[in-house]
Amino acid sequence: MSDYILEMNHITKEFSGVKALSDVNLKVKQGEIHGLCGENGAGKSTLMNVLSGVYPYGTYSGDIVYKGEVCKFKDLKESEAKGIVIIHQELALSPLLSVAENVFIGNEQTNIKGVIDWTETRRRAQEMLAKVGLEHEDVNVPVNSLGVGKQQLIEIAKAMAKKVDLLILDEPTAALNDEESRKLLDIMLELKRQGVTSIIISHKLNELEYVCDGLTIIRDGHTIETLTKGVDDFSEDRVIKGMVGREMTNRYPAREGVKVGDVIFEVKDWNVFHPDDAERQMLKNINIKVRAGEVVGLAGLMGAGRTEFAMSVFGKSYGQKISGIVKINGKEVVLNSVKDAIDNKLAYVSEDRKTYGLVLIDDIKHNMTMAALRKFFSKHGVVNANDEILSADEYMGRIKVKANSIEQAVGSLSGGNQQKVVLAKWMLTQPDVLILDEPTRGIDVGAKYEIYCVINDLAKAGKAVIVISSEMQEIIGTCDRVYVINEGELAGELSKEEITQEKIMSCIMAHNRANAQQ
Amino acid sequence: MKNNKTVNLDMKQYGMFIVLIAVFLIFAVMTGGKNLSPANINNLILQNSYVVILATGMLLCVLTGNVDLGVGSVVALCGATVGVLLIDVKASIPVAILVALLVGLLCGMFSGFFIAVMGVPPFIVTLATMLMGRGATYTILQAQTKGPFSPDYNYIGAGFVLPNMKAGNFNILCVIVAIVATVVIIFGEVRGVATKKKYGFAQNPLWQLVIKDGIFIFLVWFVMIKLGQYSGFPFVLVIMGCIVGIYGFVTSKTVAGRQIYALGGNRKAAQLSGIKTDRVFFWVYTNMGFLAGVAGVVLSARNGSATPKAGDQFEMDAIASCYLGGAAVAGGAGTIFGAVIGAFIMGVLNNGMSLYGWSTDIQKIVKGAVLLLAVTADLMSKRKKG
Repeated sequence: MSDYILEMNHITKEFSGVKALSDVNLKVKQGEIHGLCGENGAGKSTLMNVLSGVYPYGTYSGDIVYKGEVCKFKDLKESEAKGIVIIHQELALSPLLSVAENVFIGNEQTNIKGVIDWTETRRRAQEMLAKVGLEHEDVNVPVNSLGVGKQQLIEIAKAMAKKVDLLILDEPTAALNDEESRKLLDIMLELKRQGVTSIIISHKLNELEYVCDGLTIIRDGHTIETLTKGVDDFSEDRVIKGMVGREMTNRYPAREGVKVGDVIFEVKDWNVFHPDDAERQMLKNINIKVRAGEVVGLAGLMGAGRTEFAMSVFGKSYGQKISGIVKINGKEVVLNSVKDAIDNKLAYVSEDRKTYGLVLIDDIKHNMTMAALRKFFSKHGVVNANDEILSADEYMGRIKVKANSIEQAVGSLSGGNQQKVVLAKWMLTQPDVLILDEPTRGIDVGAKYEIYCVINDLAKAGKAVIVISSEMQEIIGTCDRVYVINEGELAGELSKEEITQEKIMSCIMAHNRANAQQ
Repeated sequence: MKNNKTVNLDMKQYGMFIVLIAVFLIFAVMTGGKNLSPANINNLILQNSYVVILATGMLLCVLTGNVDLGVGSVVALCGATVGVLLIDVKASIPVAILVALLVGLLCGMFSGFFIAVMGVPPFIVTLATMLMGRGATYTILQAQTKGPFSPDYNYIGAGFVLPNMKAGNFNILCVIVAIVATVVIIFGEVRGVATKKKYGFAQNPLWQLVIKDGIFIFLVWFVMIKLGQYSGFPFVLVIMGCIVGIYGFVTSKTVAGRQIYALGGNRKAAQLSGIKTDRVFFWVYTNMGFLAGVAGVVLSARNGSATPKAGDQFEMDAIASCYLGGAAVAGGAGTIFGAVIGAFIMGVLNNGMSLYGWSTDIQKIVKGAVLLLAVTADLMSKRKKG
């Protein structure tokens, strides 16, 4: 038998013609901790879903050799039976159930008659908790009474209860602070001593450097390289180069003839605390300025606090104990509600159009005018339906929404067209400042291009545009200036000439290091 | 600008309307035309007036994706208020009516406060008001029926407008109403077509409009002639007409109405579009309380007394009416027109089965089955499309 517990060979996975993974190879040695890194959308999660059987055998090509035998998993249950357990970024705990119940959820300790044996459940739960360094926790308390860090460890305990041989952790420290993260990583090292092999997906390269024995870098669905500790250079710079070293193609329309004017949007000393936890500060002293006609990017990793920043500014839609000053068109404004924000000509296009942007069962026309209805499409509270139809028709043509008519339900449109409807909805409020949160998430290249054109038009019309995006390419392609946000703080500001993926990444890494030293 | 686009009428909107007519005709055959008699048409309207009023308010709750279970109890409580004021306090009729409406409004605000401000789910809040309202009614009335009320008060529920305006045995007012309604329907359609032409919007084919308006005009004349042959134009129909008209306008043509639809369709998106969803919730439930007050007054006037069991299970009739009328269970879709049609389907079913001689036990089974079938059919038709 080879010393590899897992070999994934030539894995290719397509989604309706688009290759998400292309000839990917991943080899993990028995007993090691193997890191997997790459940008958002590089294909890390897809690869892990192939491994765990979420995408069943037959929907991908290539083969998976696990413990010396070729595996053809049909679903998650089959891979779990073989000892492969995946822990996703979002916790899969049932918040009101006790710790013990959660540890054995779906894997209940029963006696012969199928009745749950509570004594055994509690005893074994305690045993599992001891393995993850939580031996002093009470297994009878509800899981939501514990902090996020401990909950993450309970996820691991849950995996341990399933006789795990290969543990996969997808961004386990994304929601944790440094102390909690360190503790989790140490538990991983402890599990390694107990003989458990792990794969960890993380953006925090310093963490990977700390725990990993091997590291595979994926970019655009391809394996770029595999680094081995002690043999290869394991430094952050080296890894970043592997992650981002790709050619730029001309996917972004040029923005010409834009006159950048005065600062029309300014946020000073912005502080926000978590909505459920008044002690936890999510944003610290953020200061940004945007000029008329300027497109400014907010770059950062997922969970850096960019959406939280935008939503807290937008009528205090997120967080509590918010402090700071917002100036629009040179005037200080107080935005206590979304209505205040709209009235002061601020618009926010949410990152999640289905949850926060659209009424899916309603038609294009009503969705487009939803935010502007009171101000621009009504008189004394009575809707002017004719103006509504005219405007909806106009915008449908202007930003190229492909639909049969403005009466079509938005739920039946493609993602790109839905996104355009949300954009139209906010353009109709006639804002001066627009915050676009992940404006092209999950839409195809053609629709992306058209949305970039809309962004250019907005800049030409003298609007201040803020683009939040996790795709660095997009930030580089569309923005005049970039603020890098990391862990709720401003980690740096880059001018047009300075914006490169390496610069953004090293801003984030430098900030992480500075925080770690404190 | 020339535009000759045409679109067909949305038949789904009129589907339940056709069902209503069909059910009515089926019972006409089964009962040998008994349900076509002038007295029965009059009865149908009087009997269903409060359900229609309640269904109108209930539709707003249903649009938010919720229901109000407390309306039957509020109806009883408001009736009891009138009873105490008229019989025990000897208050004047206007005072009694105003106080009863105020009680309804306060009940609504009470629900609205707990739902909007305290964030308690509407189902729980209104389950509580259902129990509390009923208990309060029994307490106030000491479990006794209070009455009889003076004929002046009963006029609201059982009286007729200008009953002496007669030519022979026929009430002229009903003819006037029918003529006015006809003119309004035709004028409205012509204006609609003109606006569409002016803006270059797609038109409905003329023959479809003619059939649609023809059916409506025929129905108006049918009902009015029957009423004219009986005792004339019921006062309740004035109240009902006003309420249906006002709420139809509010839901379809005003910002407030559209906010309710947006809230029901996607609460988070509505919030992030500047809609103060808590405020919308508060007013929807306050309004429901007020309309329950109106229904309470109408019901007590029709009965000529206040009874502690009044309005029992009215909430269920009102909720069923909304769903029969095509409102979405998850909220965000439904019309006042639909809810009114739904209420009359329930009414025609009740009425027809009574005339045919089926017991109330059987009636309940049939009503339940019809509701279940209608909503299932609605869901199946949507699933096929999706």
